Amino acid sequence: MSDPALAAPRTWRSPTAEIRPVRALLIGIAAVFIGVFLVFPLVAVFIEALRNGVGAYFGALGDADTQHAIWLTLMVAAIAVPANLVFGIAAAWAISKYEFRGKAFLITLIDLPFSVSPVIAGLIYVIMFGSHGYFGPWLNDHNIQIIFAVPGIVLATIFVTFPFVARELIPLMDEQGTQEEEAAISLGASGWQTFRRVTLPNVKWALMYGVLLCNARAMGEFGAVAVVSGHIRGLTNTMPLHIEILYNDYQWVAAFTVASLLALLALVTLVVKSALEWRFGHELTGGPR
Amino acid sequence: MRRLAYGVILSALVAAGVAQAQSVTLLNVSYDPTRELYRAYNAEFVKYWKDKTGEAVTVQQSHGGSGAQARAVIDGLKADVVTLALEGDINAIAEKTKKIPADWRSRLPNSSTPYTSTYVFLVRKGNPKNLKDWGDLVKPGVEVIVPNPKTSGGAQWAYLAAWGYADQLYKGDEAKVKEFVGALYRNVPVLDSGARGSTTTFVQRGLGDVLLSWENEAFLAINELGPDKFDIVVPPLSIKAEPPVALVAGNAQEKGTTKVAQAYLEYLYSPTAQKIIAKNYYRPSKPELADPEDLKRFPPVELLTIDDPVFGGWAKVTPKHFANGAIFDQIYKR
Amino acid sequence: MTTLAITPMARPWRQPSVIPGFGLTFGFAMVYLSLIVLIPIALLILRTTQLSWQEYWAIATSERVVAALRLSFGAAVIAAAVNTVFGTIIAWILVRYEFPGKRLLDAIVDLPFALPTAVAGITLTAIFAKNGWVGQFLEPLGIKVAYSALGVVIALIFIGLPFVVRTLQPVILELERETEEAAATLGASRPQTIFRIVLPTLVPAMLTGFVLALARGVGEYGSVVFIAGNLPYRTEIAPLLIVIRLTEFDYNGATAIATIMLAIAFVMFLTINLIQAWARRRFGYV
Repeated sequence: MSDPALAAPRTWRSPTAEIRPVRALLIGIAAVFIGVFLVFPLVAVFIEALRNGVGAYFGALGDADTQHAIWLTLMVAAIAVPANLVFGIAAAWAISKYEFRGKAFLITLIDLPFSVSPVIAGLIYVIMFGSHGYFGPWLNDHNIQIIFAVPGIVLATIFVTFPFVARELIPLMDEQGTQEEEAAISLGASGWQTFRRVTLPNVKWALMYGVLLCNARAMGEFGAVAVVSGHIRGLTNTMPLHIEILYNDYQWVAAFTVASLLALLALVTLVVKSALEWRFGHELTGGPR
Repeated sequence: MRRLAYGVILSALVAAGVAQAQSVTLLNVSYDPTRELYRAYNAEFVKYWKDKTGEAVTVQQSHGGSGAQARAVIDGLKADVVTLALEGDINAIAEKTKKIPADWRSRLPNSSTPYTSTYVFLVRKGNPKNLKDWGDLVKPGVEVIVPNPKTSGGAQWAYLAAWGYADQLYKGDEAKVKEFVGALYRNVPVLDSGARGSTTTFVQRGLGDVLLSWENEAFLAINELGPDKFDIVVPPLSIKAEPPVALVAGNAQEKGTTKVAQAYLEYLYSPTAQKIIAKNYYRPSKPELADPEDLKRFPPVELLTIDDPVFGGWAKVTPKHFANGAIFDQIYKR
Repeated sequence: MTTLAITPMARPWRQPSVIPGFGLTFGFAMVYLSLIVLIPIALLILRTTQLSWQEYWAIATSERVVAALRLSFGAAVIAAAVNTVFGTIIAWILVRYEFPGKRLLDAIVDLPFALPTAVAGITLTAIFAKNGWVGQFLEPLGIKVAYSALGVVIALIFIGLPFVVRTLQPVILELERETEEAAATLGASRPQTIFRIVLPTLVPAMLTGFVLALARGVGEYGSVVFIAGNLPYRTEIAPLLIVIRLTEFDYNGATAIATIMLAIAFVMFLTINLIQAWARRRFGYV
């Protein structure tokens, strides 16, 4: 109740605040909107998953194909996220610490995967590596399988999560400027030392933020992976694909059980993210994502 | 760093390759509603093969819309066998990849069709809208749920059954037949991409008055979800749906699985398999081998076949009805 | 590698800098960007050259494709507009007001970023189907959400909301209250201040959020296929049409639609960057 508008006598109110009914109305609208569109679906996932009790919930997790799907999803994320992390750092360094022409265009290119339909992301790899694609015959001759196998899933996942880390870092590093790095260099530090001792501590929370979102999206991607997966049970099914399969197998509880794992992941992501924001808010720019 | 990323991707690739090489593994790429059938059959075949040869074999399954599955095999999905909903889908693989011999239909008994099925109506308990025959489906206010023939092979059989009915009704007047089929599909509020999606829409979402469904799928839905909610209505006339199977010789040779893959398909015609087929509500191609109890569940129904003059085989049907811009595409114009 | 970048080779397009590592980082970023994004997309575009211009044009303007693109765009525009209105309100109350549960509300806004789209699609369908939690109340009113174009809009609202909120929050945070105070001192009523002073400064950020939500919505597939009816010409979205064309072995058709969508996506993102550049000049921030 630190806001003076609430504590002050009724006749006075802050010139930069709305009257109480308006506030209540706005908060109400926001709460209902978020409730219907965001909270309902989340709650529905857990209710469906626990419909037949906790026993059925854990029983569903014991299934071999389900466990493989979980393992595959973790592995794909374990490859895709670090790859995009390294790229994000490199791109942010090049873009924010130097001045060169065509920067805005480069940023647009980095953003591009955001607005490319996931289906198209899958399609481009089919066109490249499919049997009738550009490199298909060569890969076939050398017995290398890319689409309908793990590498294709990894590639598609990297594509859709491509900009997450870079987009988080670029505005922040841009804002921080180059003085600190220049000072470190002039004092004799090497480039790597400068990055590790000066830049990294400045951006570590934003970096983590980007990694979290990147990870959540990597584990949850459906459209792009569906096109390149081949849907082989126990081999190329990721969790989101497995959810669809279970759903179509009349195993609704099992489907929502796996879904609830991903929803839990989403919740953990949100909690960690909020904790970061709360603790280190001043070190994060809330730039557009 | 770049090398590191490559290294990781490469090692993942190798890991995936090694995992595949551990034992004899078959990949059966199939269409949507055969999940339960092949789950049961695979277990039986693994046992049979172990007893016969001492070799351990693992059968991996991939399910999806028939056309999408065929497309994946054409694009390089390494299926040893394909068990799809339509002859045309296997023909497409044969044509585009040359991995299946052109005469594949003659390589297994009964034109490579170990089981058949038909299309029936699944209605809500008590059949409140009194839907008995195809003609009832075009009445105004009747909501029909059926999958998209463009993405689901099975849905093409449903479309053709309706076409066949109208053809008899209007004595071959194609304009009227088109109008009838068009009216039917305009009563469809949702075109799901696969048979299972449609079943879910009808059963779980409570949408629609009637689901046009594979016979096996209708039985299964009743089994899974309780006979107190739905009834099966068998129309007097339907179509004999023949989902064929084939060995993808090119892939099997490459993987050295030709023998076991061929045995996998041949064993489908064995007494054990024919019993499993009938148990899973498919009509066995050799009914004399199945349990008479199971056979009793299949009501007699007059069945058109794809080679009847009204259709003239898949070679004519696909371009006329389902190709891009063909009759089906014209239904929804405007 | 590192020394190479320090030596002031007078690259005309880059200003010299004492910080090392440009060659390494820029080089790596470009190689990675090219391998993952640019080359695949270039090959996709190259693939369409198998079509003549007439064929390409015929596909692009065919009724089915136009209908699908119109639905994808129409629904995405409506959803983005709804999100812009409600997203602005949400961002405003999250920055300006104190109320119980605020932190929770703030956190949950990011849910669509983190929740897999397929899960979102299945649950939204379950909620809005005529026997669902919300659907059962809308059905008697004659409002059909699931399996209609409205369902597509709902799914896209879910997908796009955080883009608007997260774009606006920092901007509202940096609004100078002095301007509002000055307006109030000069006798402006609160609504006048809001509509004449505050909202105009928020317009660029609202536009950016709108375009971000729009761009994401146009291409969305996972959540929409479950809730749309997928009827050709009516509730069939463009990404689904790509999948259907693939299933028909019609790669040319699929790539043609894909390139149309790509071109539109690129234009949209270029627009955002132009809006941001304009806002930076006009207001000094984004």
